[in-house]
Amino acid sequence: MNRAESLSLLPLELRGVTFRHRGQTLLQPLDLRLERNGKTMIMGPNGAGKSLLMRICHGLLRPTGGSVRWAGNGATAETIRRRQAMVFQRPVMLRRSALANVRYALAVQGVSRGERRWRADEAVERFGLQSIAHRPARVLSGGEQQRLALARAWALRPEILFMDEPTSALDPAAIKAVEEAVDTFHGEGTRIVMTTHDLGQARRLADDVIFLVDGRLVERAPVREFFEHPYSREAAAFVQGDLVW
Amino acid sequence: MDNAFQAAFQLIVAMDPVLIGIVTLSLQVSLTAVAIASVIALPLGAAIALWQFPGRGLVVVVLNALMGLPPVVAGLMVYLMLSRAGPLGQFGLLFTPTAMVIAQIVLILPIVAALSRQVIEELWGEYREQLQSLGVSRLRAIPTLLWDARFSLITVVLAGFGRASAEVGAVLIVGGNISGVTRVMTTAIALETSKGNLPLALGLGIILLLLVASVNAVAYIIGEAAKRRLG
Repeated sequence: MNRAESLSLLPLELRGVTFRHRGQTLLQPLDLRLERNGKTMIMGPNGAGKSLLMRICHGLLRPTGGSVRWAGNGATAETIRRRQAMVFQRPVMLRRSALANVRYALAVQGVSRGERRWRADEAVERFGLQSIAHRPARVLSGGEQQRLALARAWALRPEILFMDEPTSALDPAAIKAVEEAVDTFHGEGTRIVMTTHDLGQARRLADDVIFLVDGRLVERAPVREFFEHPYSREAAAFVQGDLVW
Repeated sequence: MDNAFQAAFQLIVAMDPVLIGIVTLSLQVSLTAVAIASVIALPLGAAIALWQFPGRGLVVVVLNALMGLPPVVAGLMVYLMLSRAGPLGQFGLLFTPTAMVIAQIVLILPIVAALSRQVIEELWGEYREQLQSLGVSRLRAIPTLLWDARFSLITVVLAGFGRASAEVGAVLIVGGNISGVTRVMTTAIALETSKGNLPLALGLGIILLLLVASVNAVAYIIGEAAKRRLG
């Protein structure tokens, strides 16, 4: 491991980040700092810009204004990319076996063939997928696919994991598995950033909450404070389950 | 007419050497053309699907238009290239099977490229964010997407094969329909029909139909089975 790789990517610093699309401002100028540790939930009503913000952080979208800066002096764009992972609402699996999907992700990162093999096996085992490791990934159930997506992300040993509503299409058992996985990642020192609509889930998992409404960052607070003493009127209404506009 | 059918079946059953020779050459020419065209056109179609560049829309329109390129026009173009006075005249390829392969490549390359562009673009829409998140470059995404679209692409390649084996204009112009050298099924059918030799024409017609039908049937079965199995 060379020196550049041993330095942490975090904190992540967003300064004056905006996003405009077809004349509409989807994200107002926004400053945000994500520290080295913790589990951050991005919350807010539909269309608030939660997924958008996450995609900007992850580098899938380029902001139309402002800057996104990772620490990790001198880290190349490729190194930065390799040390993040993202789990989507609907996992996209390639038309090959579950295990081969994990190996593929490792191969893309340039992991040697031998190492790919054991790291993929380890990830599949870690997430309890051994019995379906050799089945085609795309015929697995939604919950199994999401666990596989988590195993694939875990195999990459990311420093930060983004999750975009990872449980919104799942049944309770599968939700539980995902939440346990979040703890697994967290326990191993991976920074978690996640969007969710589920207030209970946010209470269970979050250390702090980023609250967006209409593309504005309205509130950022530790989880207890957010739920018990929300600062803004919108957040107060939101945690009570009212509609926010 | 009944006699012609009977005679045609006799030719097929008896494995008439003239008939077999024509069928073999047809397959050689069309399969070679499809193979070469696919090796070029599949990655080309994928690249057009993945990259944004100035004039991309024009490229897509031209490719789509070329799918309907009349075979005789393709034949004429290749003829002009390969004829003695043409830029490639020195190689003496005119009226050889190689010339026929080239003409068929010109015909099918746009088909395979345009259709695979559509298939890959659709798949890229689905895969894009996930692959980008994994750090897959566009160049690296091409083989991944081609492999994952393999069942749809089999159909695309077969569309090319169907076009190649059924067309008559291009191979007639650049091949010359020389008996035993460049005579393929379609040119033979045209010639034998005009000569009134219906049994051979019919026999070849039946084989041609069976061939195209069975290739498509096999591809359909493979595709359906694989889709069910792999999702």
